[in-house]
Amino acid sequence: MIRRAPLVLGNKTYETITKDIASLLESFPGPGFFAGLAGAQFLLLIFLLAQGMIVWFGMGMMGVNSPVGWGTDIITFVFWIGIGHAGTLISAILFLFRQKWRTSIARSAEAMTVFAVMTAGLFPILHTGRPWLAYWLLPYPNQRGPLWVNFRSPLVWDVFAVSTYATVSAVFWYIGMVPDLATIRDRAQNKWRKRIYGALSLGWRGTARNWNHYEMVYMLLAGLSTPLVLSVHSIVSFDFAVATLPGWHTTIFPPYFVAGAIFSGFAMVVTLMAIIRELVPVFKDYITLDHMENMNKIIMATGLMVGYAYGSEFFIAWYSGVEYEQYIFLNRAFGPYGWSYWIMVTCNVIIPQLFWFKYVRRSIPLMFIISIFVNIGMWFERFVITITSLHRDFLPSSWGMWAPTIYDLGALFGSFGLFFTLFLIYIRLLPAISIAEVKPVLYVGRDGGNHGHH
Amino acid sequence: MDIIDKLISVARGKSRRGVAGIWLDEHKLVDAARKTRAAGFTKFEAITPFPLHDIDDAMGIPRSFIPWVTFIFGLTGFAFGTWFTWWASSVDWPINIGGKPMWSLPAFIPVMFECTILFGALSSVGALIAICGLPKVDPPVIDPDLSSHKFALWVPEDDTGYNAAKVEQLFRELGANEVKQAEF
Repeated sequence: MIRRAPLVLGNKTYETITKDIASLLESFPGPGFFAGLAGAQFLLLIFLLAQGMIVWFGMGMMGVNSPVGWGTDIITFVFWIGIGHAGTLISAILFLFRQKWRTSIARSAEAMTVFAVMTAGLFPILHTGRPWLAYWLLPYPNQRGPLWVNFRSPLVWDVFAVSTYATVSAVFWYIGMVPDLATIRDRAQNKWRKRIYGALSLGWRGTARNWNHYEMVYMLLAGLSTPLVLSVHSIVSFDFAVATLPGWHTTIFPPYFVAGAIFSGFAMVVTLMAIIRELVPVFKDYITLDHMENMNKIIMATGLMVGYAYGSEFFIAWYSGVEYEQYIFLNRAFGPYGWSYWIMVTCNVIIPQLFWFKYVRRSIPLMFIISIFVNIGMWFERFVITITSLHRDFLPSSWGMWAPTIYDLGALFGSFGLFFTLFLIYIRLLPAISIAEVKPVLYVGRDGGNHGHH
Repeated sequence: MDIIDKLISVARGKSRRGVAGIWLDEHKLVDAARKTRAAGFTKFEAITPFPLHDIDDAMGIPRSFIPWVTFIFGLTGFAFGTWFTWWASSVDWPINIGGKPMWSLPAFIPVMFECTILFGALSSVGALIAICGLPKVDPPVIDPDLSSHKFALWVPEDDTGYNAAKVEQLFRELGANEVKQAEF
């Protein structure tokens, strides 16, 4: 008989699960953590400096100009939003599919979603050049008529999609955390600790009647988040696809963007989980090699979908018979930005093929390196879509080139500082693995369990 | 006693006295809950560190009605999104954009959809918080391990046929590892 692999290693009991996960919040961090935090904050300072200069002196600090009006800000926005999608996939879609292995990674994946969306959200606001007027993006009653936003514009759809996504993800994450915060409160020895976590836990006590409603709401939020996450990257792709620009104006964009988002997001989850496993050795019992292997399989599957989309785009460009469309794709692969196209293909299509080998799927150093390549490749995918389509469209007289300035690079690399600062602080202040969700799957795949009726 | 303690004591809700039994095995707890219900108690509570699947049947807890809240508010969000995009684009300040109809429904679907999801999600969470009586300020905790690895039943003093000694006796017979008088 084929038995299920255990989801939690090391003969844990409910009590040791609580201790293992809470220990991270109840001990003083070591030098490794502070070294990581210092590195992240250094990058965060670069981000603040670069964006501060851009806001103060204007968008001229960045490389965008005619004809390439969308640069680093838009590329990096799509990149971070895509990262967030894997978190929702793990927390919502795998929940609906009853994938029990998701329980130990769901919390941190959701945190990744929230922080990635926060990072992403800054970019279009800063791209407007006048972020202090960002509220103009919302349909609020104003003294100009009121003049409403244009609801026919994909950019307005994006405002609704991203802000709804940010709100629902944050609420889903927080509601999932409430019982665990109560656990931390009940373990607290210090008065302030008890007060702070007591307030955060909303006074949750885990009565059967409360759990009954709680589980229902969790399922409802999963059910609502699933179409939501698919809509968000579809709508992000509409930002491009609704324009008539060759290379953007394609019907394949929504599924292609969603697959790419999940692909890049799972790569980021693998990156983060590999780091967490090193920082917190006890978590290796919860985030096992089986978990990592499952995620690597998803990376491989979505990577193949993305590779198929690259091929399909070329075929349709040729098959359409439209000369602009044909030119733009040849220019993508062999024009002045051809190098970026081949970085994208190498990182997203070729390198993930190593995951066909079980040894690679279960090797932490190799999967870490591959996940970094996928992240690089997915940034370049958005680069290719944005820059190569804009820089040469219909009239050769309006062609041009784009190059990043040092402020572009500061905004891009600095955004990792913002993301990692938030993430590192999160793993020390909030339960990084769901205590209440791991306990019910404790006996999955265990020998001689009289508990095995779940 | 500092100012926060004073605020907490003002905001703290009312608690009831009763008898609590604590178990270390969740299956025994579910069994005990079934028998406590059979003994005629109706207002008793089970306190567990994670949701137990069989406890709803054992205690006779009906299916949560929150999906109805989600449904009604989801529809409200959908109606709001539909009405608002129509009103703003074709009534309050109609602007001809790209020669499209004033009420260009397909273009409004993303906004209508996002409103549906947002209203549905926030109302579900709001309903959960309201039904569970959250936030509770510094509620009495029977045992701090009930959010970790212990499982409890608690019968309030206002339950039908309540008698402290009788309940304690019942819990001991049902194999409770600890029985005590407790506020909850």
